[in-house]
Amino acid sequence: MTAPRYEELAVGTQLPPRDFPVTRADLVRYAGASGDFNEIHWNERVAREVGLPNVIAHGMFTMAQAVRLLTEWTGDPGAIVEYGVRFTRPVVVPDDGVGAVIQVSGKVSALLGDNKARVDLTAISDGQKVLGKAVAVVRLP
Amino acid sequence: MPLDPSYVGRTYPPSAEYEVGREKIREFAEAVGDLQPAYLDPEAAKALGHPDVIAPPTFPIIISLPAAQQVVADPALGLNWDRVVHGDQRFVYERPMRAGDRISAVVRVDSIRSMSGNDMINLVAELRTPEGELVCTAHSLLVARGPDEESDSSSGGAAAGAGEA
Repeated sequence: MTAPRYEELAVGTQLPPRDFPVTRADLVRYAGASGDFNEIHWNERVAREVGLPNVIAHGMFTMAQAVRLLTEWTGDPGAIVEYGVRFTRPVVVPDDGVGAVIQVSGKVSALLGDNKARVDLTAISDGQKVLGKAVAVVRLP
Repeated sequence: MPLDPSYVGRTYPPSAEYEVGREKIREFAEAVGDLQPAYLDPEAAKALGHPDVIAPPTFPIIISLPAAQQVVADPALGLNWDRVVHGDQRFVYERPMRAGDRISAVVRVDSIRSMSGNDMINLVAELRTPEGELVCTAHSLLVARGPDEESDSSSGGAAAGAGEA
């Protein structure tokens, strides 16, 4: 993939969208790697006890999936100078052999000068937005 | 119970130093499925101008969230951890975190609000090297849900109305 160049961008430039599948095994692995062992992310009984429909993904896991759009697009994760999200809805991950899918898309929403562009990301699972105000700033060549 | 507003501006002691390792970066990158060569291969990282492999963008949460625990666990503040959900998260990077970095976090209470029975606390964690170089600033909104909400008002409802500076 060729890294995007700042002067080639325009407001509205779309990033290649991606679908990221999520299974229970992914959540267990993320729990171990991140140190977040909250049981709602792997134990269905506990998740239901606290009123959730099922096990849900870590918000930080979903945040990490959405930014993959940018690390793949730029080819250099060091290009990201700022990244923030709001956790608006949980990604529900059933134990049905399929799991969930997080669909991520993004577009350039502002050219900030100094080779920096703002990108708005959208993350959808089961037909609903799971992140709000998912915005990153990238510095490009 | 509303949180004590006098906590706004309070800064907590630095967290224990965390040494960022190549294999931890690899483990985290594989766990999030983000397999950029700059995380995994020192030569690929160097080709991009980084001195060693760099960490994925959300990796600093490994350091910032445990540091925030000391605020959450402060009994005088009165936050009920069992009811805390993560409302939002933002990182500002001065440079990519990388293998070999020794990082500690200083957490500050940035704001406290109460809305619809939920307590909302904004924390800012500055992640620095022993030399004092700021590597990353992590902004976290934690929402403590009020007692006995209806079952479908999960993190979403609380966080969605939270507003942002």
